[in-house]
Amino acid sequence: MNLWLWILIACALAYLTKLVGYFVPARLLENPRIMHIAGTMTIGLLASLTVVNAVASGQGLVLDARIGALVAAAVALWLRAPFLVVVISGAAAAALLRLLGWG
Amino acid sequence: MKLRESPAFKIALSLSIATGLYGVSFGALAVASGFDFWQTMVLSLLLFSGGSQFAFIGVVAGGGSGVAAMTASALLGLRNGIYGMQINAMLRPGGWKRYVSAHVTIDESTATASGQSDPDEQRRGFWTAGIGIFILWNIFTAIGALAGDAMGDPKQWGLDGAAVAAFLALLWPRLKGREPWAIAAACALATILAVPFVPSGVPILVAAVVAGVIGWFSHARLDEGLEPDVDPYAEKHQREHGGKK
Repeated sequence: MNLWLWILIACALAYLTKLVGYFVPARLLENPRIMHIAGTMTIGLLASLTVVNAVASGQGLVLDARIGALVAAAVALWLRAPFLVVVISGAAAAALLRLLGWG
Repeated sequence: MKLRESPAFKIALSLSIATGLYGVSFGALAVASGFDFWQTMVLSLLLFSGGSQFAFIGVVAGGGSGVAAMTASALLGLRNGIYGMQINAMLRPGGWKRYVSAHVTIDESTATASGQSDPDEQRRGFWTAGIGIFILWNIFTAIGALAGDAMGDPKQWGLDGAAVAAFLALLWPRLKGREPWAIAAACALATILAVPFVPSGVPILVAAVVAGVIGWFSHARLDEGLEPDVDPYAEKHQREHGGKK
Protein backbone atom coordinates (compact mmCIF):
# COMPACT_ATOMS: atom_id res chain seq x y z
CA MET A 1 0.00 0.00 0.00
CA ASN A 2 2.88 2.28 0.88
CA LEU A 3 4.31 1.69 -2.60
CA TRP A 4 0.99 2.75 -4.15
CA LEU A 5 1.25 6.06 -2.35
CA TRP A 6 4.71 6.82 -3.78
CA ILE A 7 3.60 5.69 -7.24
CA LEU A 8 0.71 8.14 -7.19
CA ILE A 9 2.87 10.98 -5.86
CA ALA A 10 5.45 10.27 -8.59
CA CYS A 11 2.65 10.36 -11.21
CA ALA A 12 1.32 13.67 -9.90
CA LEU A 13 4.81 15.20 -9.82
CA ALA A 14 5.56 13.97 -13.35
CA TYR A 15 2.39 15.56 -14.73
CA LEU A 16 2.82 18.80 -12.78
CA THR A 17 6.45 19.11 -13.97
CA LYS A 18 5.30 18.82 -17.58
CA LEU A 19 2.42 21.25 -17.00
CA VAL A 20 4.52 23.84 -15.17
CA GLY A 21 6.59 24.17 -18.35
CA TYR A 22 3.47 25.46 -20.14
CA PHE A 23 2.94 28.17 -17.53
CA VAL A 24 6.52 29.37 -17.06
CA PRO A 25 7.01 32.97 -18.13
CA ALA A 26 9.25 33.16 -21.17
CA ARG A 27 11.54 35.53 -19.25
CA LEU A 28 12.88 32.73 -17.01
CA LEU A 29 13.77 30.71 -20.10
CA GLU A 30 16.17 33.45 -21.02
CA ASN A 31 18.20 32.94 -17.84
CA PRO A 32 21.23 31.22 -19.39
CA ARG A 33 22.42 29.74 -16.10
CA ILE A 34 19.09 27.96 -15.42
CA MET A 35 19.11 26.51 -18.94
CA HIS A 36 22.76 25.49 -18.59
CA ILE A 37 22.13 23.67 -15.30
CA ALA A 38 19.05 21.94 -16.73
CA GLY A 39 21.30 20.60 -19.47
CA THR A 40 24.15 19.42 -17.24
CA MET A 41 21.70 17.77 -14.83
CA THR A 42 20.05 15.73 -17.58
CA ILE A 43 23.48 14.44 -18.67
CA GLY A 44 24.47 13.68 -15.06
CA LEU A 45 21.24 11.81 -14.29
CA LEU A 46 21.40 9.71 -17.45
CA ALA A 47 25.08 8.87 -16.87
CA SER A 48 24.33 7.88 -13.28
CA LEU A 49 21.33 5.75 -14.29
CA THR A 50 23.43 3.97 -16.91
CA VAL A 51 26.12 3.14 -14.33
CA VAL A 52 23.66 2.11 -11.60
CA ASN A 53 21.88 -0.26 -13.96
CA ALA A 54 25.18 -1.65 -15.28
CA VAL A 55 27.15 -2.37 -12.10
CA ALA A 56 25.07 -1.79 -8.94
CA SER A 57 23.38 -4.64 -7.12
CA GLY A 58 21.82 -3.26 -3.96
CA GLN A 59 24.72 -1.61 -2.17
CA GLY A 60 27.31 -3.75 -3.92
CA LEU A 61 29.22 -3.27 -7.16
CA VAL A 62 29.32 -6.32 -9.43
CA LEU A 63 30.68 -7.09 -12.88
CA ASP A 64 28.25 -9.40 -14.66
CA ALA A 65 26.52 -9.84 -18.03
CA ARG A 66 25.22 -6.27 -17.83
CA ILE A 67 28.74 -5.01 -18.64
CA GLY A 68 28.46 -6.93 -21.91
CA ALA A 69 25.18 -5.11 -22.56
CA LEU A 70 26.88 -1.76 -21.93
CA VAL A 71 29.71 -2.53 -24.36
CA ALA A 72 27.33 -3.89 -27.02
CA ALA A 73 25.11 -0.80 -26.73
CA ALA A 74 28.13 1.51 -27.00
CA VAL A 75 29.30 -0.27 -30.16
CA ALA A 76 25.79 -0.10 -31.66
CA LEU A 77 25.57 3.63 -30.87
CA TRP A 78 29.02 4.23 -32.32
CA LEU A 79 27.80 2.54 -35.51
CA ARG A 80 24.83 4.96 -35.45
CA ALA A 81 22.26 2.22 -34.96
CA PRO A 82 18.68 3.37 -34.24
CA PHE A 83 17.33 3.36 -30.67
CA LEU A 84 15.50 0.03 -30.93
CA VAL A 85 18.55 -1.75 -32.39
CA VAL A 86 20.70 -0.40 -29.54
CA VAL A 87 18.25 -1.72 -26.95
CA ILE A 88 18.03 -5.13 -28.65
CA SER A 89 21.85 -5.30 -28.85
CA GLY A 90 22.08 -4.72 -25.11
CA ALA A 91 19.49 -7.37 -24.33
CA ALA A 92 21.04 -9.88 -26.75
CA ALA A 93 24.55 -9.37 -25.33
CA ALA A 94 23.36 -9.90 -21.74
CA ALA A 95 21.25 -12.92 -22.69
CA LEU A 96 24.10 -14.47 -24.71
CA LEU A 97 26.65 -14.00 -21.92
CA ARG A 98 24.27 -15.65 -19.43
CA LEU A 99 23.68 -18.51 -21.88
CA LEU A 100 27.45 -18.99 -21.95
CA GLY A 101 27.38 -19.18 -18.17
CA TRP A 102 28.77 -15.77 -17.16
CA GLY A 103 26.97 -13.39 -14.84
CA MET B 1 -1.30 18.24 -47.20
CA LYS B 2 -2.49 14.68 -46.77
CA LEU B 3 -1.38 13.16 -43.49
CA ARG B 4 0.30 10.26 -45.24
CA GLU B 5 2.53 12.63 -47.21
CA SER B 6 3.66 14.56 -44.15
CA PRO B 7 7.33 13.91 -43.25
CA ALA B 8 6.70 14.70 -39.57
CA PHE B 9 3.84 12.18 -39.51
CA LYS B 10 6.10 9.44 -40.90
CA ILE B 11 8.89 10.16 -38.42
CA ALA B 12 6.42 10.28 -35.56
CA LEU B 13 4.84 7.00 -36.61
CA SER B 14 8.11 5.07 -36.80
CA LEU B 15 9.23 6.56 -33.48
CA SER B 16 5.88 5.54 -31.97
CA ILE B 17 6.31 1.94 -33.08
CA ALA B 18 9.96 1.70 -31.97
CA THR B 19 9.33 3.30 -28.58
CA GLY B 20 5.98 1.60 -28.04
CA LEU B 21 7.46 -1.88 -28.53
CA TYR B 22 9.96 -1.11 -25.82
CA GLY B 23 7.02 -0.93 -23.41
CA VAL B 24 7.17 -4.75 -23.33
CA SER B 25 10.45 -4.63 -21.45
CA PHE B 26 9.12 -2.02 -19.03
CA GLY B 27 6.08 -4.17 -18.27
CA ALA B 28 8.11 -7.35 -17.83
CA LEU B 29 10.83 -5.65 -15.79
CA ALA B 30 8.29 -3.93 -13.50
CA VAL B 31 6.50 -7.21 -12.73
CA ALA B 32 9.87 -8.92 -12.16
CA SER B 33 10.81 -6.09 -9.76
CA GLY B 34 7.78 -6.90 -7.60
CA PHE B 35 5.17 -4.47 -8.97
CA ASP B 36 1.68 -5.87 -9.59
CA PHE B 37 -0.15 -5.48 -12.91
CA TRP B 38 -2.08 -2.33 -11.98
CA GLN B 39 0.89 -0.60 -10.38
CA THR B 40 2.79 -1.21 -13.63
CA MET B 41 -0.11 0.10 -15.74
CA VAL B 42 -0.60 3.20 -13.58
CA LEU B 43 3.08 4.08 -14.09
CA SER B 44 2.68 3.82 -17.88
CA LEU B 45 -0.75 5.52 -18.03
CA LEU B 46 -0.22 8.35 -15.55
CA LEU B 47 3.52 8.85 -15.06
CA PHE B 48 4.16 8.29 -18.78
CA SER B 49 7.83 9.20 -19.11
CA GLY B 50 10.09 6.25 -19.97
CA GLY B 51 13.20 7.37 -18.11
CA SER B 52 11.30 8.21 -14.93
CA GLN B 53 9.37 4.93 -15.07
CA PHE B 54 12.53 2.86 -15.38
CA ALA B 55 14.15 4.92 -12.63
CA PHE B 56 11.19 4.29 -10.31
CA ILE B 57 11.16 0.51 -10.75
CA GLY B 58 14.97 0.40 -10.87
CA VAL B 59 15.32 1.97 -7.43
CA VAL B 60 12.69 -0.37 -5.95
CA ALA B 61 14.30 -3.41 -7.66
CA GLY B 62 17.62 -2.46 -6.09
CA GLY B 63 16.00 -2.50 -2.66
CA GLY B 64 15.49 1.26 -2.42
CA SER B 65 12.59 2.91 -0.60
CA GLY B 66 9.44 4.34 -2.19
CA VAL B 67 10.51 7.88 -1.40
CA ALA B 68 13.93 7.35 -3.06
CA ALA B 69 12.16 5.90 -6.14
CA MET B 70 9.77 8.86 -6.26
CA THR B 71 12.64 11.36 -5.90
CA ALA B 72 14.73 9.74 -8.65
CA SER B 73 11.69 9.65 -10.93
CA ALA B 74 10.82 13.30 -10.24
CA LEU B 75 14.39 14.50 -10.79
CA LEU B 76 14.69 12.60 -14.03
CA GLY B 77 11.38 14.09 -15.17
CA LEU B 78 12.58 17.68 -14.68
CA ARG B 79 13.64 17.86 -18.32
CA ASN B 80 9.97 17.41 -19.29
CA GLY B 81 9.36 20.83 -17.74
CA ILE B 82 11.89 22.28 -20.17
CA TYR B 83 10.18 20.42 -23.02
CA GLY B 84 6.85 21.90 -21.90
CA MET B 85 8.26 25.40 -22.27
CA GLN B 86 9.63 24.58 -25.74
CA ILE B 87 6.36 23.05 -26.97
CA ASN B 88 4.37 25.92 -25.50
CA ALA B 89 6.60 28.39 -27.37
CA MET B 90 6.22 26.38 -30.60
CA LEU B 91 2.55 25.37 -30.68
CA ARG B 92 0.87 27.68 -28.14
CA PRO B 93 -1.90 25.20 -27.30
CA GLY B 94 -4.83 26.96 -25.62
CA GLY B 95 -7.57 25.87 -23.21
CA TRP B 96 -7.99 22.16 -22.52
CA LYS B 97 -5.48 21.23 -25.24
CA ARG B 98 -2.72 22.56 -23.04
CA TYR B 99 -3.58 20.01 -20.33
CA VAL B 100 -3.60 17.13 -22.83
CA SER B 101 -0.40 18.19 -24.56
CA ALA B 102 1.35 18.44 -21.17
CA HIS B 103 0.70 14.74 -20.56
CA VAL B 104 2.25 13.65 -23.88
CA THR B 105 5.23 16.02 -23.55
CA ILE B 106 8.15 13.55 -23.58
CA ASP B 107 11.56 13.12 -25.24
CA GLU B 108 10.22 11.69 -28.50
CA SER B 109 7.26 14.02 -29.13
CA THR B 110 9.39 17.10 -28.36
CA ALA B 111 12.24 15.83 -30.54
CA THR B 112 9.88 15.18 -33.47
CA ALA B 113 8.37 18.67 -33.22
CA SER B 114 11.76 20.38 -32.77
CA GLY B 115 13.05 18.70 -35.91
CA GLN B 116 10.45 20.48 -38.07
CA SER B 117 10.47 24.11 -39.18
CA ASP B 118 6.92 24.46 -40.53
CA PRO B 119 4.43 25.14 -37.68
CA ASP B 120 1.84 22.74 -39.15
CA GLU B 121 4.45 20.01 -39.37
CA GLN B 122 5.57 20.71 -35.80
CA ARG B 123 1.95 20.28 -34.67
CA ARG B 124 1.47 17.03 -36.64
CA GLY B 125 4.79 15.64 -35.38
CA PHE B 126 4.13 16.46 -31.74
CA TRP B 127 0.59 15.08 -31.58
CA THR B 128 1.26 11.98 -33.70
CA ALA B 129 4.32 11.00 -31.68
CA GLY B 130 2.75 11.94 -28.34
CA ILE B 131 -0.56 10.12 -28.80
CA GLY B 132 0.93 7.29 -30.88
CA ILE B 133 3.51 6.49 -28.24
CA PHE B 134 0.97 6.83 -25.43
CA ILE B 135 -1.33 4.22 -27.01
CA LEU B 136 1.38 1.74 -28.07
CA TRP B 137 3.49 2.17 -24.92
CA ASN B 138 0.49 1.26 -22.76
CA ILE B 139 -0.61 -1.68 -24.91
CA PHE B 140 2.91 -3.13 -24.86
CA THR B 141 3.38 -2.42 -21.15
CA ALA B 142 0.27 -4.55 -20.53
CA ILE B 143 1.59 -7.33 -22.80
CA GLY B 144 4.97 -7.28 -21.02
CA ALA B 145 3.37 -7.26 -17.58
CA LEU B 146 1.04 -10.16 -18.44
CA ALA B 147 3.61 -12.21 -20.34
CA GLY B 148 6.32 -11.44 -17.80
CA ASP B 149 5.58 -14.53 -15.72
CA ALA B 150 5.25 -16.78 -18.74
CA MET B 151 8.59 -15.53 -20.05
CA GLY B 152 10.39 -16.75 -16.94
CA ASP B 153 13.30 -14.79 -15.48
CA PRO B 154 13.60 -11.57 -17.53
CA LYS B 155 17.36 -11.67 -16.94
CA GLN B 156 17.48 -14.79 -19.08
CA TRP B 157 16.21 -12.64 -21.97
CA GLY B 158 18.67 -9.88 -21.14
CA LEU B 159 15.98 -7.38 -20.17
CA ASP B 160 18.23 -5.81 -17.53
CA GLY B 161 20.79 -5.39 -20.32
CA ALA B 162 18.07 -3.69 -22.37
CA ALA B 163 17.64 -1.08 -19.62
CA VAL B 164 21.40 -0.38 -19.51
CA ALA B 165 21.41 0.02 -23.30
CA ALA B 166 18.35 2.29 -23.27
CA PHE B 167 19.85 4.70 -20.75
CA LEU B 168 23.12 4.81 -22.67
CA ALA B 169 21.16 5.43 -25.87
CA LEU B 170 19.33 8.36 -24.24
CA LEU B 171 22.63 9.77 -22.96
CA TRP B 172 24.64 9.26 -26.15
CA PRO B 173 23.25 12.07 -28.37
CA ARG B 174 23.96 14.56 -25.56
CA LEU B 175 27.68 13.71 -25.45
CA LYS B 176 28.83 16.29 -27.95
CA GLY B 177 31.99 18.16 -27.00
CA ARG B 178 34.34 18.00 -24.04
CA GLU B 179 32.12 19.39 -21.29
CA PRO B 180 29.26 16.84 -21.62
CA TRP B 181 31.81 14.00 -21.56
CA ALA B 182 33.45 15.46 -18.45
CA ILE B 183 30.06 15.82 -16.72
CA ALA B 184 29.03 12.26 -17.63
CA ALA B 185 32.38 10.88 -16.42
CA ALA B 186 32.29 12.85 -13.16
CA CYS B 187 28.72 11.75 -12.44
CA ALA B 188 29.42 8.12 -13.34
CA LEU B 189 32.40 8.16 -10.97
CA ALA B 190 30.40 9.87 -8.20
CA THR B 191 27.73 7.19 -8.61
CA ILE B 192 30.22 4.31 -8.33
CA LEU B 193 31.84 5.88 -5.26
CA ALA B 194 28.45 6.47 -3.60
CA VAL B 195 26.86 3.03 -4.20
CA PRO B 196 28.54 1.15 -1.29
CA PHE B 197 27.89 3.94 1.23
CA VAL B 198 24.32 5.14 0.70
CA PRO B 199 20.94 3.41 0.13
CA SER B 200 19.83 2.43 -3.38
CA GLY B 201 18.54 5.34 -5.42
CA VAL B 202 20.57 7.91 -3.50
CA PRO B 203 23.69 7.59 -5.74
CA ILE B 204 21.56 9.01 -8.58
CA LEU B 205 20.75 12.03 -6.43
CA VAL B 206 24.44 12.45 -5.55
CA ALA B 207 25.17 12.53 -9.28
CA ALA B 208 22.40 15.11 -9.81
CA VAL B 209 23.98 17.37 -7.20
CA VAL B 210 27.43 16.93 -8.80
CA ALA B 211 25.95 17.79 -12.21
CA GLY B 212 24.16 20.82 -10.78
CA VAL B 213 27.33 22.13 -9.11
CA ILE B 214 29.35 21.59 -12.30
CA GLY B 215 26.64 23.38 -14.27
CA TRP B 216 26.59 26.33 -11.86
CA PHE B 217 30.35 26.84 -11.94
CA SER B 218 31.01 25.94 -15.57
CA HIS B 219 28.41 28.50 -16.56
CA ALA B 220 30.12 31.08 -14.34
CA ARG B 221 33.40 30.23 -16.02
CA LEU B 222 31.92 30.52 -19.50
CA ASP B 223 30.95 34.13 -18.98
CA GLU B 224 33.90 34.78 -16.69
CA GLY B 225 31.69 35.77 -13.79
CA LEU B 226 30.83 39.08 -15.39
CA GLU B 227 27.11 38.47 -15.35
CA PRO B 228 25.29 39.11 -12.06
CA ASP B 229 23.19 36.19 -10.73
CA VAL B 230 20.01 38.21 -11.00
CA ASP B 231 20.08 40.82 -13.70
CA PRO B 232 18.13 43.81 -12.37
CA TYR B 233 18.08 45.31 -15.83
CA ALA B 234 16.81 42.19 -17.55
CA GLU B 235 14.26 44.02 -19.67
CA LYS B 236 16.64 46.74 -20.75
CA HIS B 237 19.23 44.08 -21.39
CA GLN B 238 16.80 42.18 -23.56
CA ARG B 239 15.85 45.25 -25.56
CA GLU B 240 19.46 46.08 -26.25
CA HIS B 241 20.38 42.57 -27.30
CA GLY B 242 17.03 41.66 -28.80
CA GLY B 243 18.42 41.83 -32.31
CA LYS B 244 20.59 38.81 -31.72
CA LYS B 245 17.68 36.37 -31.49
